[in-house]
Amino acid sequence: MALVEIRDVHKTFGKVEVLKGVSLDVEEGEIVTIIGRSGSGKSTLLRCINALESVDSGEIRVEGERVHAKMPDLKKFRQRVGIVFQAFNLFPHLKVERNVTLAPLLTGRTDKARARALAEDVLARVGLADKIDAWPEQLSGGQQQRVAIARCLAMAPHLMLFDEVTSALDPELVGEVLKVMEAMAKQGMTMILVTHEMGFARNVANRIVFMHQGRVWEQGPPAKLFASPETPELASFIASAK
Amino acid sequence: MNFLPLWRYQNQLIDGAIVTLELTVISAVCGLLIGVAGAVALNGRITPLRWLVRGYIELFRNTPSLIQLFIVFFVLPNFGLKLPAFEAAAVALSLYFGAYSVEIVRAGLDSIPRNQVEAGQCLGLSGWQVFRHIVLPPALRNAYPAVTSQFVLLLLGTSLASQVATDELFHVAGFIESRTYRSFEVYAVICVIYFAMAMSFKALFAIIGAAAFRWPRRR
Amino acid sequence: MRSFSLIDFVSLFAALRWTVALVVLALGFGAPLALGLAMGRISRFAGLRWTMAACIQIVQSVPLLGLLFFFYFGMPVFLGIQVPALVAVTVAYTLYTAAFLGEIWRGGLEAVKQAQWEAGACLGVSAWQQFRHIIAPQALRLSLPPTVGFLVQLIKGTSLASILGFVELARAGQVVSAATFQPLLTYALVAAIYFALCLPFTLWSRSLEARLDGSR
Repeated sequence: MALVEIRDVHKTFGKVEVLKGVSLDVEEGEIVTIIGRSGSGKSTLLRCINALESVDSGEIRVEGERVHAKMPDLKKFRQRVGIVFQAFNLFPHLKVERNVTLAPLLTGRTDKARARALAEDVLARVGLADKIDAWPEQLSGGQQQRVAIARCLAMAPHLMLFDEVTSALDPELVGEVLKVMEAMAKQGMTMILVTHEMGFARNVANRIVFMHQGRVWEQGPPAKLFASPETPELASFIASAK
Repeated sequence: MNFLPLWRYQNQLIDGAIVTLELTVISAVCGLLIGVAGAVALNGRITPLRWLVRGYIELFRNTPSLIQLFIVFFVLPNFGLKLPAFEAAAVALSLYFGAYSVEIVRAGLDSIPRNQVEAGQCLGLSGWQVFRHIVLPPALRNAYPAVTSQFVLLLLGTSLASQVATDELFHVAGFIESRTYRSFEVYAVICVIYFAMAMSFKALFAIIGAAAFRWPRRR
Repeated sequence: MRSFSLIDFVSLFAALRWTVALVVLALGFGAPLALGLAMGRISRFAGLRWTMAACIQIVQSVPLLGLLFFFYFGMPVFLGIQVPALVAVTVAYTLYTAAFLGEIWRGGLEAVKQAQWEAGACLGVSAWQQFRHIIAPQALRLSLPPTVGFLVQLIKGTSLASILGFVELARAGQVVSAATFQPLLTYALVAAIYFALCLPFTLWSRSLEARLDGSR
């Protein structure tokens, strides 16, 4: 059984059908990168996977459990699935430590005595152990995004979703965030990313999924997909992304 | 100009100032509760309730506080609701303050971006936890300046309660005036006392604000 | 005791004259003063800035009712001669208006970006011309919604003149109420008149605000 099973998912916003029957499996430990033009439905698909949006038809299962906005243990489910956004969304009124430990403390995953150690541990993994007592506003964009990743890691998720996490960053800050993600990939985290970083997609991902007009247009290992795209849409997308 | 005759009335002045403070704090607390309830109703789904709250806000913001006070004090007794002066003033001022508070509270809550709520939900927090730990602290900070300046206006506005014979500071002034005939001196002193109270509250609020909201502002 | 009649109705509306007169006087004298205060508040001279700030702070920290009584009883003491009550009341409302409008307009002036002054300076025009043609129009646009909002406060504030015996709307209400023993009808009517007077300004202020938000 795949960790994530997506079956014929449709999603419409108003009159626009954003997802037109998407099916996709992601195995445990796999790094799947979703690429495609804006408006192709990539981000919507990601948001559907952790029930930020509910699907109109079809179904999404994570660890065998059917995902939808009204599922009985939505909160428990979301504790197992981490998501990082384009706009870091750190909590401005909490120091870095508290940003990272708020959810583990409130959901009973840790207690006050162990919280500091937990923060130190996950912050070390994103290379920010020395920023534990900083305010989010005192950090650069790249650092804020790494704290956002640490915030997810503190929940020990089984699956991580990344929604264009480097798009809002200055070019010189992109590298530090990608490096953290690459390290996570090496440690065996299951990851689904939507990204415009073709270098990262090529070097780190096990599989590339090209979405076009609300469908999975083409997918496969990065080497094959980038070298010999089967559809003209993917070929032109790769050419334009270079 | 002779301020000496006023000296022996200092106890009355202090008592009046205390009543003024009581009236201010009671009205502010009740008004803020109205503000929170009203903001919840305005953001809620019950349309008639939303209209009711809107009507309340417009009615109380577009008529003088003095007339509202008169209505509570002189008109409600016709309906069998005879309130003593202090209670009548507290009711009128609470409703007046409440009408402004609804908008302030709502603006504070609306100032928190939707993605902050989403970030909290995605960490598996409950609706109440998201509100309490993620929305409320920054919303309070954003509403704080408006709440505190409105509070000072309320403090000054309690002087109107003298017109229905609530024995607060301004009413005490009338009493002292009638005893000493030192009208100008009395009201000069009264103004200084209000000024001192207003400035004290502003200083207090600044200190509380600095202590409570320490995180750096968004650039 | 007599019943509420057309005469009472007319006397309420007649009293509106004074409400309007007080508002016009307060704005007429208060607005120029407010402009001076606002410009003083953004002046290069620290002494002037502090003085203006102190003036505004003092007026805003005293009840309007206190200002009215202070000048009502104080003018003869300051001037040594009796002055008509209208003069004293006008002074109080003028200062009240000047302090609040001054603070609102200062906010508007400060909200215009420093770069606009610099852009003006680059055009080689004088400081006054920069202010008059570049800064002031933008500041006016920004501070119009709260200015109109203050107008509502001022209209409502004129009701306090009734306490000093001015037969404006609120006072006329008290007189009619006492004569007819119909407080409900009278005060409801008075409130309705104030409401009709204030609501258009409130709505105008809100639509101006919305338009500003939209254009940002």
